[in-house]
Amino acid sequence: MKYLDEYRDGLRAEQLMARIRSVVTRRWVLMEVCGGQTHSLLKHGIEAGLQDVIELVHGPGCPVCVTPVEVIDHAQELASQPGVTLCSFGDMLRVPGSESSLLQVRAQGGSVKLVYSPLEAVTFAQQHPDKQVVFFAVGFETTAPATALAVLQTHQRALKNFSLLVHHVRVQPAMEAIMQMPEVRVQAFLAAGHVCTVMGYDTYASFVERYRVPVVVTGFEPLDLLSGILECVKQLEAGTALVVNEYARIVRPEGNLTARQIVDQVYELTDQTWRGLGVISQSGYRLKPAWHQYDAARRFPFRQPSCDETQSVCHAGEVLSGRMRPTNCPSFGTRCTPESPWGAPMVSSEGACAAYYRYRLPIIN
Amino acid sequence: MAGPVWQFNCPVSVSAQSDCVTLAHGEGGRLMRRLLDHVIHPSLRIKPRFADAAFLRPTGNRLAFSTDSYVVSPLFFPGGDIGTLGVYGTCNDLAVTGAIPRWLSLSLIIEEGLPLPVLEKVLQSVAQTTAECQIQIVTGDTKVVPHGEIDGLFLNTTGIGELIDPIPPGPEGLQVNDVLIVSGPIGRHGIAILAAREQLDFQPAPASDCAPLFPAIQALRSAIGSEVRALRDATRGGVTAVLHEWAIASGKTLFLDESRIPVDSVTRSACELLGLEPLHLACEGTMLLAVASTHAEQAVSILRTIDVSRQAAIIGTVQPRTIAPVIIRRVLGREQSLDEPTGAPLPRIC
Amino acid sequence: MCLGIPGEVTRWIDRDPLLARAEVRFGELHRVCHLACVPEAEVGDYVIVHAGIAISKVNPQEARRLFDEIDKFELQHELASDIPPPCNSS
Repeated sequence: MKYLDEYRDGLRAEQLMARIRSVVTRRWVLMEVCGGQTHSLLKHGIEAGLQDVIELVHGPGCPVCVTPVEVIDHAQELASQPGVTLCSFGDMLRVPGSESSLLQVRAQGGSVKLVYSPLEAVTFAQQHPDKQVVFFAVGFETTAPATALAVLQTHQRALKNFSLLVHHVRVQPAMEAIMQMPEVRVQAFLAAGHVCTVMGYDTYASFVERYRVPVVVTGFEPLDLLSGILECVKQLEAGTALVVNEYARIVRPEGNLTARQIVDQVYELTDQTWRGLGVISQSGYRLKPAWHQYDAARRFPFRQPSCDETQSVCHAGEVLSGRMRPTNCPSFGTRCTPESPWGAPMVSSEGACAAYYRYRLPIIN
Repeated sequence: MAGPVWQFNCPVSVSAQSDCVTLAHGEGGRLMRRLLDHVIHPSLRIKPRFADAAFLRPTGNRLAFSTDSYVVSPLFFPGGDIGTLGVYGTCNDLAVTGAIPRWLSLSLIIEEGLPLPVLEKVLQSVAQTTAECQIQIVTGDTKVVPHGEIDGLFLNTTGIGELIDPIPPGPEGLQVNDVLIVSGPIGRHGIAILAAREQLDFQPAPASDCAPLFPAIQALRSAIGSEVRALRDATRGGVTAVLHEWAIASGKTLFLDESRIPVDSVTRSACELLGLEPLHLACEGTMLLAVASTHAEQAVSILRTIDVSRQAAIIGTVQPRTIAPVIIRRVLGREQSLDEPTGAPLPRIC
Repeated sequence: MCLGIPGEVTRWIDRDPLLARAEVRFGELHRVCHLACVPEAEVGDYVIVHAGIAISKVNPQEARRLFDEIDKFELQHELASDIPPPCNSS
């Protein structure tokens, strides 16, 4: 497939790895922000191949991992209500809430429909006027245009039976939160390429100035990741901290203005709760008042408040902020596995713990 | 609404749904007999016998005996339906153990309200595939369950085959340096079902690989029978699941080379788009086999002479046990542990 | 976090600003995708599709740059002399 295969070229990957090795004089700590990057780095063996010169720590960019238990419980409650169909991305179906997952709710008779796109959920609502259709709108800025478009299309089609349970999160405030943690070790960021596709990277200028860490916009294929890593280590070795775009075939400085406009039309900023990280200021999107009629949380208020998450023994917060490697968690691979996950990072395939469990050889040098 | 089949003497209670299967059809008696005489037996092209058990006359070989239930949803999908799957599936299970599939039972569990044309269509597929596999349906059963208790139609088939020597030793007999081969592009059934069930609207719609493996296995075994160690159709859990089972059974590590694994372009594209691993996806007409290294090239050339295994390829080797049961060399050339799939594959956006 | 796959726009279906849809080819697979965020894309352009909507157009000039840089570097260092050109097949 064009624009994929050529970025998985083994020979060029080796050349980039050799170049990275020739540049570094010490071991640097880089955070890849996005779970998709984690997945690819582990799957292709890049993390293991460079581990003596680069420590890659895994960021919070996994919506499955950061969506709070309470929101998942609310989605499950909606799916269990007669007359309601909850539409969700496949990613969210296995995530444990306080008691079960959406898959288990479906097994018990709940109505959960898997969709590839939020706009399919809108079409489904149009075809089933007798049902209340709720779309579980999670994800980062990359996904927000699609769910915002769902709202606008619903409005244009005057559908009365479609609403969204919104828990969108924004990447940059989470990066800020990580940099403000006392024991932060991150020395440079591989910024999430597809978030930047929508939002651009102009806004990282002030971030870089404030925290003096390089931010390199990075894609997802092996050569993209390696060129992002190379740019980071070049800057670190030279003592500079700049925003650089290593995913320029896709990302423009200002992002996608049409997509941003659609997002702005529908959503406004809000403080948001992150599973494992707590509340981060202005780190989420919520529907603007003009669209409250499509807010599932208003249409179907949450009845069953969730249990206390603090009793959990999962170290997700430390893993998602780069303070703990998944393999250093006392539960990793023993009590906590993809079959019986204790926390969300072990569930989703791009969750850092699951990626380590799947791809790393059991013995780690 | 009354279809031609049900224009005679139906009790009033079923006339409103006379072109559907009703609970009454499963209660024995006249309605049941009519369902058998007018739908099931003609569709299957078999003559009814009024005995409670089938009589078999084996030729003296040892027998292989295998059963499987089929609950696929949707009932019809590109490349096949629950009927083709039910026959090929059990025949393939017999064939990979080293048997010639001979006799088959067919049990139908039908949801009340299933349209008769749907049932007929499935049964016609069963008839066609049993003829193709040269296996004979010798006994069967029909039950009807209330609406909502199952999803349309479930099948169970149980097969008996005659074992032909030399019987492959199976995964316990894997030896170091044995070569791993797949008989064709992997993951096609899994993608076909996912695309059909979730209405992913791909063009062309990905088609299942469901097909009989016996011809390929026969060709292979008649040429290099004693060099074939193990065969397995890679159904649920895909090739990965088989590899893990074999690694456990043999106590060896199985090494794969990702760049050599055949994946057709439609499956590949769908996997990229949905974030899925083809190795974890089900096949229904594709098998994994292990042969002695001395005969690996010959095995592939023989398989390639048969339609179902035209794209057979060597994908790896058996090695002494190292730190992981299954190791894959990814496209960049680095070796990674290959984990087993967890649950059914779900498309992801992340 | 965000799976985005490049595909080629092969046919426009609807150019309404909100309902914009086009057929997009991913390898040998075609699928209708929403193009409201990339209304300027034309047939033959590659777009990145995430959750069924296109979020960006691929810039073909920039797409080559990484290979040029790797190859340039390699030539300078004489570490390799027989690098194949990037694969452009789908």
